[in-house]
Amino acid sequence: MEHIERELRKFVIDNFLFGEGETGLSNEDSFLEKGLVDSMGILTLVAFVQEKYAITVADGDLVPEHWDSVKRIAEFVQSKMAITR
Amino acid sequence: MQIEQFLENSARHFPDKTALVCGEQRFTYREIERISNRFARALKANGIRRGDRVVACMDNCSEAVFSIFAILKAGAVFVMVDHTTKSDRLQFILNDCGATALILPEEKMKTLGGLLDGSPCLQVVCLTDTKGALPGEGMQQFMSLSQILENSDSNDEAPPKECIDADLAALIYTSGTTGRPKGVMLTHLNMITAADSVISYLGNNANDVILNVLRLSYSYGLYQVLTGFLVGATVILERSITYPYLLFDKISKEGVTAFPLVPTIAALLLHYDLKQHDLSSLRYITSAGAALPRTLSRRLRDMLPHAQIFVMYGQTECKRISYLPPDQLDLRPDSVGIAIPNEEVYIVDEHDRPVGPGVVGELVVRGSHVMKGYWGLPEESERVLRPDPVTGERVLHTGDLFRMDHEGYLYFVSRGDDIIKTRGEKVSPKEIEDVLYLMEGVLEAAVIGVPEEILGQSIKAYVALGENFHVSKQELLRHCAKHLEDFKIPQQVEFRAALPKNGNGKIDRNELRSTMETPA
Repeated sequence: MEHIERELRKFVIDNFLFGEGETGLSNEDSFLEKGLVDSMGILTLVAFVQEKYAITVADGDLVPEHWDSVKRIAEFVQSKMAITR
Repeated sequence: MQIEQFLENSARHFPDKTALVCGEQRFTYREIERISNRFARALKANGIRRGDRVVACMDNCSEAVFSIFAILKAGAVFVMVDHTTKSDRLQFILNDCGATALILPEEKMKTLGGLLDGSPCLQVVCLTDTKGALPGEGMQQFMSLSQILENSDSNDEAPPKECIDADLAALIYTSGTTGRPKGVMLTHLNMITAADSVISYLGNNANDVILNVLRLSYSYGLYQVLTGFLVGATVILERSITYPYLLFDKISKEGVTAFPLVPTIAALLLHYDLKQHDLSSLRYITSAGAALPRTLSRRLRDMLPHAQIFVMYGQTECKRISYLPPDQLDLRPDSVGIAIPNEEVYIVDEHDRPVGPGVVGELVVRGSHVMKGYWGLPEESERVLRPDPVTGERVLHTGDLFRMDHEGYLYFVSRGDDIIKTRGEKVSPKEIEDVLYLMEGVLEAAVIGVPEEILGQSIKAYVALGENFHVSKQELLRHCAKHLEDFKIPQQVEFRAALPKNGNGKIDRNELRSTMETPA
């Protein structure tokens, strides 16, 4: 779980904060409230997660409950990986 | 007639009908009328007078709608600015239009630093959501919208009318080639004319439920509220399209009939399987802001065969110019349609002489919806609002090149300037270049638009650094993010030892365009 959070966090910081955010972003921060990730950003995240963790994301999975923070995505990825296994 | 009467009339005819839905909040026409009357009286009590400019800086929320109508009811001019606007641009706008009041959420206020001190005209700051104590010291007087609304002793009657329809109702700031935002001056008559025309060809009525994901600072988004309120429809405001699944749910739950889009949003939505959702209530989809590629219009129609698709073209300077009747989409897929009702359009050559069918020239627009000019920019206004040679009436020269067929259908040929259209928004390359030059080490910078499937155009920056300077792409983008809204941040950056120049020693954009590397 921890390494997934770390990898996702790095991806978010590199892609949406242009590398700045080691201090400013917490893993619980809401992307929507921070205005960090827009609709294209979500598609970028989905593509990254699908490839990196070899899971399939259905349209219905794309809700804030699963995607609105680093922590939530990590939890979602882990639950998906558990099913795949 | 004045725009606030859209609300007042609907509050009279449909008092208990849902006018506005924002997240979990729902408001009837009667409630919005009462709230904006109270808010208008408070603005007036704090010194706001007829003709004053009042800036509202917020996202798509109920307070934005209350602000628009309260400002109008107070006889003032509203200026909607998106909440993602950075403080240097907001300050520019405040000072440019000499705003006397600023309405914004407390959270936004906290990010603005010394902005208030640098805005000498500003007398009143209204925080939308402050329940606690207001700042007492400083150059401005503070007020709180939530406190005004809680005060049950207030007068809920509309303030007496002071304006006429030739008075300014709004300034809408748009990007110009100079990089400096220009305030498009619109009177009540301009906006009412545009709203009347649009509802007549879209057939809007009180049964419509309009889902608006477009920003209210943007003419296309703002008019969803105005036209919706004019006909007594229900307007649903959404802050973002980040989770399209939630939008699809909303369409079926609320029975949405009207869904205005820009091509970028259409392209994003088409990443999802629309057939999985019940979107049968949709009566129409509109597309404006940029050309809708044929592949997108076909896929939209395959996915939503029951909905009419209206392709439209416009400029903030007059709101809307043309629409393609849905039955023409297959017959004239490359056309942006015919003149909207109650408007005349024609094409002129370089001497402003009308040309015949099929000839390429500048598109000229005539009608009561044409703006009064750009705020504080008489020369620039005169350049685009030129007198008709016969009547002397000022008509709008769009700067865009078009041709028209025998039946009056318009075909876009090219823009007359370097403006980039991305996500349906106009972006000035100069504005981005100015920001790039602010960064230490940047010696030369040029920005161009590059065709891209979803964005329409993506933004590419070419940068040459001074000797011994090392700046990474990320550092450069981080710098841009501090000064520019998200949609203006370049997607691609290419470093070069020097940028190509033309004969005058100016950076040669055409050369850059022709040598463009294909993105990785």
